[in-house]
Amino acid sequence: MIVEKIHTENMFLYYSGKMALNNISIQIPEKKVTAFIGPSGCGKSTFLRSLNRMNDLIDGVKIEGKVMIDSVNIYDKNIDVVNLRKKVGMVFQKSNPFAKSIYENIAYGPKINGINNKHQLDEIVETALKNAAIWDEVKDRLGDSALGLSGGQQQRLCIARTLAVNPEIVLMDEPASALDPLSTAKIEELIVQLKEHYTIVIVTHNMQQAARISDNTAFFYLGELIEYDKTRKIFTNPEKKQTEDYITGRFG
Amino acid sequence: MINSFRKNIKGIVIEGITLVSAIIIIAIVIIMLVVIFIGGKSQLSWEFLTSFPTEGMTKGGIFPAIYGTALLVIIMSIAAVPFGTITAIYLTEYAKENSIIAKTIRFAVRTLAVIPSIIYGLFGLGFFIKFVGANVDSAFYGGTLRWGQPNLLWASLTMALLTLPVVIVSVEEALKTVPQELRAASLALGATKWQTIWKIVLPGSLSGIMTGTILAVSRGAGEVAPILFTGAAYYLATLPGISDQFMVLGYHIYVLTTQSANVDQTLPIQFGTTCVLLLLTFTLNMSAVVLRYRIRKKKNH
Repeated sequence: MIVEKIHTENMFLYYSGKMALNNISIQIPEKKVTAFIGPSGCGKSTFLRSLNRMNDLIDGVKIEGKVMIDSVNIYDKNIDVVNLRKKVGMVFQKSNPFAKSIYENIAYGPKINGINNKHQLDEIVETALKNAAIWDEVKDRLGDSALGLSGGQQQRLCIARTLAVNPEIVLMDEPASALDPLSTAKIEELIVQLKEHYTIVIVTHNMQQAARISDNTAFFYLGELIEYDKTRKIFTNPEKKQTEDYITGRFG
Repeated sequence: MINSFRKNIKGIVIEGITLVSAIIIIAIVIIMLVVIFIGGKSQLSWEFLTSFPTEGMTKGGIFPAIYGTALLVIIMSIAAVPFGTITAIYLTEYAKENSIIAKTIRFAVRTLAVIPSIIYGLFGLGFFIKFVGANVDSAFYGGTLRWGQPNLLWASLTMALLTLPVVIVSVEEALKTVPQELRAASLALGATKWQTIWKIVLPGSLSGIMTGTILAVSRGAGEVAPILFTGAAYYLATLPGISDQFMVLGYHIYVLTTQSANVDQTLPIQFGTTCVLLLLTFTLNMSAVVLRYRIRKKKNH
C-alpha cells in the first residue's frame, strides 16, 4: 500500500517578489525514493529546501499554497521549525562535517535533543554509522577529526549525522555530485537501502542516477513541475515533449 | 636615444626615492628599538620588575606599575570582550546585512574607533566618575566620596570603551570565517539558532576572539590618555584595589620624564620602563599576528 507522506497543493515561491516556483502540486509517497530532475535553475533545489523550511534562512522568500507533511501544513503559524527539521532531515550537495571528531559529528543532533547518556549516545552513533554504511571504515577512529575523511566518506558521515536524529524524511540535494564514481556508487546503494525506513527525496543532475535509484521522478523546468510519474515511465515513455527533450539530452 | 636615456633616469630616480623611504622607516624602527634596549638593558632585572620605586622614584623598580597595568587590562577585557563578542554575534548572526540597525551599529563602531583617546578620558571622567560614581555615592554612601573619584574600575571601563571596536571587528571577522554550510547543517539537524551559534559558530571562531582580546589588551596596555583623568596615579606606596587609583606603565614613563624632581636621575628607569612596556605590547601583538595568520590559513583550506 502506498501512503502519501508529502503533499503540496498550488504552491508558489517568490524570491524578493520574483516567482521561482509556479503552482507546484505533488504527492510524494512514504518509504520510496523520489527524484527531482531538471536543468540548473529550474527550481528543484528550491522546492526541496522548502520541504524542511531551509528557505526561511534566505531573506525575501515568500511561499503561498499548501505544503503538507503527514497532512499538516508545515507553513502554519504554530509549526515549530526546529521540530520540523528533526523530522525532515537534509543532506547537502557539499559534504559539510563539523570541525569535530567523527563521533561528535554524529552525536551532535542527539545531544541538542537532550540525549546525554554516554551509553545511549554510543549506541546511536554506531547505528547511524552502520545505517550509512561507513561504520567499518571509521569504527577504529571515532575520535579522529571528521575533516580527515575522504570526500565520499564525509558525505556518508553527513548522511549518518542526519540519520542519528531519527528523521522520517531525508532530503538530499545532489548528494553525490562532488564525488568520484566509486563513492557515488556507494551513496546510491545506500539510498536504495535507506528507503526501507525513510522517505527519500533526492535532487540530482545525473539522469542515470535518477533512473537507477528512484521509484518516482519529477521533472522541473523554469519553476514548474512539468511531469511526475513512475521513474520507468518518465524515462521510457514520457507524456510531455519537454521531458523527453530533457532526458534524451536535447537541452539542459 | 636621449629620450630613452631620460626615461631610464626617471625610472632610477623613482625607484631610488621609494627605496630610500622604505629604508628610512626601517631605520627609524631599528634606531628606536636599539636606543631603548641599550638604555634599558642594564635596568632589566628581576629586582626591577618586582620592587617598588624608592628614593623619589630615582631608584627601585616598577612593580606597582606592572601590577596596575595587568589589573587594568584584565578588568578591561572582562568588560570589553563579552560585550564586543555579543555585539559581533548580533551583527553577523542576527542583523540583516543591510538593515538600518546593522548599518547604525557599524557606523557607531567605526566612529568609536576614530575618536581621539583623550576624548575617551574626558568621557570617562564625565560619565563614570561625575555621573555614575557620584550617583552611587549619594545613593549608597550618603554622599561620602567613594566611587565618585578616579579609580581602577572607572579607568578600566573607559579603556574597555576604547578597545571595544577592536574586539568587535576581530570577532566579526572570525565569525564570518565559519562557513555558512555548517550553520545550515546544524539547523537542518533541528538545532535552534542559539544552539548553532553556541556549539558550532563560537567554537569555530575561538581563535578570532582570542586575537581580538590580545589586540585589545595590547592597545589598552599602551594607552595613557583615557586613564589620565579616570584613575592613573603619580605614585602609590601600596598596591591598589578596584576602588583605588593605580600606577600604570605608560603613565609612569610620562611621570618620570616630566614630573620628577630630578629627571636626569630617573633616566635609566625611564628606559627600563619603556623597555618593559615595549616588550609587553610587542609580544602581545606578535601573538595576535600569529593567531590571525592561523585563522586565515584555516579559512583557505
